[in-house]
Amino acid sequence: MTETAALWWAVVGIGIYHGINPGMGWPLAVSSALMERRASALPGALAALAGGHFVSMTAILLPFSLMVALIDWEREIRIVAALVVISMGVFLLIYRRHPKFLSRVPPSKLALWSFLAALAHGAGLMLVPMYLGLCEIDALDTGHQAALSLMASNVGTALMVAAVHTAAMVVAGGALAVLFYLWLGLKFLSKTWFNLDLLWAVSLCVVGGIGLFEALRGSAV
Amino acid sequence: MNLRPDPTFHATPKLAMEAPAETLAFTLMLSPDGSQPDGLAVVDVDPTSDTYGEIVHSLFMPNKGDEFHHFGWNACSSALSPLTGHAFLERRYLIIPGIRSSRIYVIDVKEPLKAKIHKIIEPEELFEKTGYSRPHTIHCGPEGIYVSTLGGAGEDGTDGPPGIFIMDCETFDILGRYEMDRGIQDKHYDFWWNLPRDYMVSSEWGLPPQFENGIVAEDLLSNKYGHSIHFWDLRGRKNVQTIDLGENHQMALEIRPAHDPAKQYGFCGVVVDTTNLQGAIFTWWRNDDGTFEAKKTITIDPQPADPDDLPELLKGFSAVPPLVTDIDLSLDDKYLYVACWGTGEMHQYDVSDPMNPVLAGKVEIGGIVKKTKHPNGKEFGYGPQMVEISRDGSRVYWTNSLYSTWDDQFYPGERGAAMVMAKNDGDGFALDPAFWVEFPEGYRSHQIRLEGGDCSTDSFCYPSA
Repeated sequence: MTETAALWWAVVGIGIYHGINPGMGWPLAVSSALMERRASALPGALAALAGGHFVSMTAILLPFSLMVALIDWEREIRIVAALVVISMGVFLLIYRRHPKFLSRVPPSKLALWSFLAALAHGAGLMLVPMYLGLCEIDALDTGHQAALSLMASNVGTALMVAAVHTAAMVVAGGALAVLFYLWLGLKFLSKTWFNLDLLWAVSLCVVGGIGLFEALRGSAV
Repeated sequence: MNLRPDPTFHATPKLAMEAPAETLAFTLMLSPDGSQPDGLAVVDVDPTSDTYGEIVHSLFMPNKGDEFHHFGWNACSSALSPLTGHAFLERRYLIIPGIRSSRIYVIDVKEPLKAKIHKIIEPEELFEKTGYSRPHTIHCGPEGIYVSTLGGAGEDGTDGPPGIFIMDCETFDILGRYEMDRGIQDKHYDFWWNLPRDYMVSSEWGLPPQFENGIVAEDLLSNKYGHSIHFWDLRGRKNVQTIDLGENHQMALEIRPAHDPAKQYGFCGVVVDTTNLQGAIFTWWRNDDGTFEAKKTITIDPQPADPDDLPELLKGFSAVPPLVTDIDLSLDDKYLYVACWGTGEMHQYDVSDPMNPVLAGKVEIGGIVKKTKHPNGKEFGYGPQMVEISRDGSRVYWTNSLYSTWDDQFYPGERGAAMVMAKNDGDGFALDPAFWVEFPEGYRSHQIRLEGGDCSTDSFCYPSA
């Protein structure tokens, strides 16, 4: 498998991981369909969740796309980015409380909720090392470009990463939501709900750690 | 924090009904004159046990004069809200406020027979952080534990309106006031909500000078107790509508929304109508446009009585009012139980059609005039008061004290604590002759909580259907 393909699969894999995490919202899709007493509310809710998640990913990735245009600082930027991701993981490991401001969001605003939930849990940060890896390969492939065109290409990659990731997330979360709505029922909701907090924080540290390692090694991942 | 949700959390009321039956009940004991510390009784309610109906453990507090009243859990089925994504709290602590002292106890009942004090929040801390006093109803909601209060700041609790404050559900730190815009709300009592629909409903009793030293007859006859219910944008923390039930409907107390969050209605009990001494139940509901309405759907008539049989307060009326002091709704939203503390009756209404309740059953016990005895032949002091229904709806428990100083006005003399249970099965609604709890001397009994949740604790986030 090429490095590019590996990075894209990682983006998809993290999407699936976010999708199956109840903290990213699939139970909301089930509850929407049940509350409105119609199955068609389920895809609507999923779309709102996906919209919020996509914007949240983009909000994290875009600033990096502007920075990686500073090609001379590429290595430093990757190191700092990796450290930011690790710090978020460590923060979540130490501060094991749930963000209270999320509970001020009205249940009717699913997209806003999804955006804030992803932001508060550092979901977008988990993609940063893969994204920077893809940008680097891109830059090497196309040779030395003008900063402006490099930036445009990086923005395109950022949107693509966010889109592919969100698509994987919504397919995984949607599959679970449909499974629970149509077959399993709510009894299984409380039985299968696992505490992923610790795993989530560790995931951030691992992803950041890999990013750091690759940046220090100085290769294109 | 658990790795899995607490097994007593249920996504829907229907799933809660199917869960294993309760084997223990927690009942508050209060010393009416403050001569002894208040306590928590753990009662065996497992019919197969040798100690069925006995207090198997008691925990007494280190202070006197708290006056225990209502209480609740640190976590309930609301933890399964799809909005939280973190369902891993434990239903482990009982939050018990002293309604007179404003002190709050957090009791660890992980091992019920070794229940112990986990934390005490002193009144000064409550006053300082919220400006409220006399904490009362507990519910687990967004952001933490919500606690309603009956008093504002100052010695007599009238410096500013009472309201709701929020406590952290893990550290039990008081976070501060709930309200951002309370509108015209200036009295408080009970509250409950519909979490997915994002609204809350609150009610009114009276201000502390109107209840602490007994009911103030002049205030009652001039309709100065609470008679409004307030509707709130729950997460917006804003009073969006107030419905005045009519000033003659004195003391709008318990708020019981339908447990199934797909239903947008509920009930509120009114203690007494000062025009005719009736007790009343209002059904309130939410329209599609988000506005609320309320309509009186049950009235309970007073019963004629010889003034010689009546306490001073009621002699002039030659009648005993029902005094609707507590109501409770079964988890299937089918039966509403209405305690008539004055006449000594527990009514069971079929509220399948919430706009047209039908009296389905009735148990008579105690009462100012009738003083009906328990089927086991024992005297039941006072009348049926705090009522709690088992999750499956088959057992209805209740105690007999209303509030220390009010007990003494309506039922002069010490009449003892009681806790009884009526079965609601195929044979109708009737007291279980075998269930009778003996309480320690000098105590009265108030609210009951059932192990694993009951019909007035848990808020559900998914519809039953």
